[in-house]
Amino acid sequence: MTIKKIGPTTLERWVDSLIGQQRVFGAQAQGDKFAFAPLTQAARLRLDYDVAVTAPKAFLQPPCETLLRFGARGYESVLDTEPFVLFGVHPYDAVGILQMDTVFAEGQPDIHYLTRRAQATLVVCDVQNASPNVFAGCMNTAVLEEGGDVLLTRINDDYLVEGRSAKGEALMKALASEPEAEAGDLQFRKMVWDHNRQLLRRHELKVKPEDLPAMLDKSYDHPVWEEKSKRCFSCGSCNLVCPTCYCFNVREDVRWDLQNGERVRTWDGCMLTEFALVAGGHNFRRKKAERYRHRYYRKGKYLYDQHRQIACVGCGRCIGACVAKIANPVEVYNRLAEGPR
Amino acid sequence: MIQSKPAMEGKDIYLPEPAKLLKVEPLTRQEAFFEFTLLSGRDLGHLPGQFVELSVPGIGEAPISVSSSPTVRGYFEMVIRRAGNVTTALHRMEPGSILGVRGPFGTHFPVDTVMKGKDVLFICGGIGLVPVRSAIQYVLHHRADYGRVMIVIGTKTPADRLFAEEMEKWRKHKQVTLLETVDRRDETWTGAEGVITRLLPLVQVDPPKTIAVICGPPIMYKFVVVELIKMKVPDESIFLSFERHMKCGVGKCGHCQINGIYVCQDGPVFNFTDVREVEEAI
Repeated sequence: MTIKKIGPTTLERWVDSLIGQQRVFGAQAQGDKFAFAPLTQAARLRLDYDVAVTAPKAFLQPPCETLLRFGARGYESVLDTEPFVLFGVHPYDAVGILQMDTVFAEGQPDIHYLTRRAQATLVVCDVQNASPNVFAGCMNTAVLEEGGDVLLTRINDDYLVEGRSAKGEALMKALASEPEAEAGDLQFRKMVWDHNRQLLRRHELKVKPEDLPAMLDKSYDHPVWEEKSKRCFSCGSCNLVCPTCYCFNVREDVRWDLQNGERVRTWDGCMLTEFALVAGGHNFRRKKAERYRHRYYRKGKYLYDQHRQIACVGCGRCIGACVAKIANPVEVYNRLAEGPR
Repeated sequence: MIQSKPAMEGKDIYLPEPAKLLKVEPLTRQEAFFEFTLLSGRDLGHLPGQFVELSVPGIGEAPISVSSSPTVRGYFEMVIRRAGNVTTALHRMEPGSILGVRGPFGTHFPVDTVMKGKDVLFICGGIGLVPVRSAIQYVLHHRADYGRVMIVIGTKTPADRLFAEEMEKWRKHKQVTLLETVDRRDETWTGAEGVITRLLPLVQVDPPKTIAVICGPPIMYKFVVVELIKMKVPDESIFLSFERHMKCGVGKCGHCQINGIYVCQDGPVFNFTDVREVEEAI
């Protein structure tokens, strides 16, 4: 695969040309924060962002998406088949997306996700500024060893651009005449990676991520679930910002004629009071502590048992989003590591 | 005419196929009996204990267990309690209405495997009888393949009893024992009163020869299981059907998850040995 070295002007020209060809969603400033949004000009792209408020997987599993349309002809599938580029995805968020790929493809494949995913080109960008709560360095997600379609790494004022798939190489066709990266550049990139593995550790996890499943296995009755969840508002903010939360609700939106409408899928969250409620009124996770524990078990054990991947990528968004300040996974896991008390 | 259009690429697991409501009859204050057929003309192809996702266009979708045996061909039956938006809309529908069906989904009562040649003990509380009826019908249809059939049914009040006429037919089968109780009697009721576990000691079981099938409200399971263990029915001979919010039916949406288990895929019918150590299950 090709690795090019380009200057800032070339980068801008390249991005502007992509915008002319397909939808591009990129990290941009929004107030004092950053968010992925439709990119209208390369100059608005902020590859130096620290963290995007919402994980970019929102463009693959949107907060609200139409699954079906219904009317006189019955139900019909609705699929999003328009190509797009996600530009500047951080490695930890890319890991989240790769996990979603597994989740939606395994068992009974979900063609709504997979169709949109097939249209997406993932341009990953190594982190330039650490966000206040990131701990990707502890979760082995600070650097994306493989995967994605293109990898960007900033080297002083330039960028190294690595094609990582046929789709990525196709996107890089416009850079064909640009110089190849030299051995020194690659050496520098390795230093960036080593640096990021250390930099993205604003919270220090005292156990190895691969030890979490076994640790959780012994911690079902640990007092931490009750202690932390006492202050939980059951607002689901931690679910909303999480790159690996994909649970959903489905509802019908009907038009005024009561004949036509859409079946839509919306994000849901296991921390919300009614998540495990059934129609008869029985709630299978009535207590806050049960819902709080379920979330950590799902991230650190249940999904691991299914896919051998810890479903926490260390982005730290939940820490910042939690109003009650109880959602720091590192605090919870370190506490469990100390033992029962 | 309502038709479903197939997805562009691959199968859309969320796309219902059209079905027609043939018959609807009120059963109790809350439950009604429904008969459906798939417009394609094919049989549903379910096994006793499985469920489908039933769609009412404009209202939504709900998981409903199939109440008739697969030995009944050409149509399938359900008993639906009016509980949420979808089921309330269903209760208002007229025969001839077109709905959507996805499924069947999930595991089934082992009528075709471990139950064969064994005595079968069905324990049903309230609308737990609805999915179990499918298995009872199946077993009685293939009567020679099974040993004794024991049916234990608990209902809140006599007015809430389901399939009362059919129960009388079941009683008339060879070697069928049917015991019934209500939580609260009224002037019409001359039978037993009290919780379902009080009937179990009255059932004469040959433990190594018996397969027990349980379905009822969440609170019922632990008490019935404890009673069965006292009766020395082996753990691996106990099967339970779980209720959870099975929103998608395909193991994705997360609502029905119990620990690592997805009830819509790994259940709703579980062998007791697979769930006895699972927290939050029973």
